[in-house]
Amino acid sequence: MKNRKKIIGIIVLLLALGLITAGIMDGGLFEVKTKAVTICQECIGLG
Amino acid sequence: MGKLRENIKQYGRRFSQLIAAVLYNCNFKGFLSGKIYKGESKGLCVPGLNCYSCPGAVFACPLGSLQGALAKTAIKIPMYMLGTIILFGVLFGRLICGFLCPFGLVQELVYKIPGFKIKKSRITKTLSYLKYVILGVFVIAIPIIKMLPGFCKYICPAGSLEAAIPLVILDEQLRSRLGWLFSWKMFLLLVCVILCVICYRAFCRFLCPLGALYSFFNPIAFFGINVDKEKCTGCNACISACKMDTKKVGDHECVHCGACRDVCPEGAISYKRH
Repeated sequence: MKNRKKIIGIIVLLLALGLITAGIMDGGLFEVKTKAVTICQECIGLG
Repeated sequence: MGKLRENIKQYGRRFSQLIAAVLYNCNFKGFLSGKIYKGESKGLCVPGLNCYSCPGAVFACPLGSLQGALAKTAIKIPMYMLGTIILFGVLFGRLICGFLCPFGLVQELVYKIPGFKIKKSRITKTLSYLKYVILGVFVIAIPIIKMLPGFCKYICPAGSLEAAIPLVILDEQLRSRLGWLFSWKMFLLLVCVILCVICYRAFCRFLCPLGALYSFFNPIAFFGINVDKEKCTGCNACISACKMDTKKVGDHECVHCGACRDVCPEGAISYKRH
């Protein structure tokens, strides 16, 4: 049971790293930064 | 050495929460100028709930960024944000809620205000599922269908506290544009604060969609609290001491705060790399 959880955890970790790598190559990092450097109108209740 | 260990055990979590809050928001001059940070680090998300429009924030909010990415689902799959959330989840699960969330710290400090307190019950346990509804509707459905960050816009009290209040105080132009939405968000923040005074981590337990997301990873997370089944006698002292709506140590409601570890008469509970 414990080993199974560990294996699932490792698979999910690898999946996450794969998604992040693919996401960065797809411009995801840039998009997050673009959104985060402008004041979020919705967050402050103006949106 | 024993005393040091005792102090770490007692204050370690609070220290970690404080360090996280300061590290996430170390653009101190932003609190004076009313301008948000625009550096490269804003492309990276922190694990805890921390509004990226807070003048001090030097990183992005995972929930706001996820909603922003989901709003563009029609154009492309939000791989970077999904990967980031999964990575945080699989490494720490809801340990993040207990140790690395500034809004969790705020809630715990507010709960220290003396007065009437609501203890966990069947009602609070039922209410704890509300956060999954909020996750589905405001974080996933509204961004995908309406292409706007539903949770940030209509609910997020962290945004109201960390971004709206300081920015509105410091920026006259923003002040002149306030309307019903700002009033609604301030009302919700007030309700949240009152709830947190009478109920331990009320927002975290009932409303936080980020905690809901991380809760899916609790069973497989690499770090967190662990029960030695050979030592456990099933006395349930752990569940009685827990202020969250847990049914067992380490389940989806567990924020790994360690309250159970301190009361376990058998010493069966410890922090462990799984």
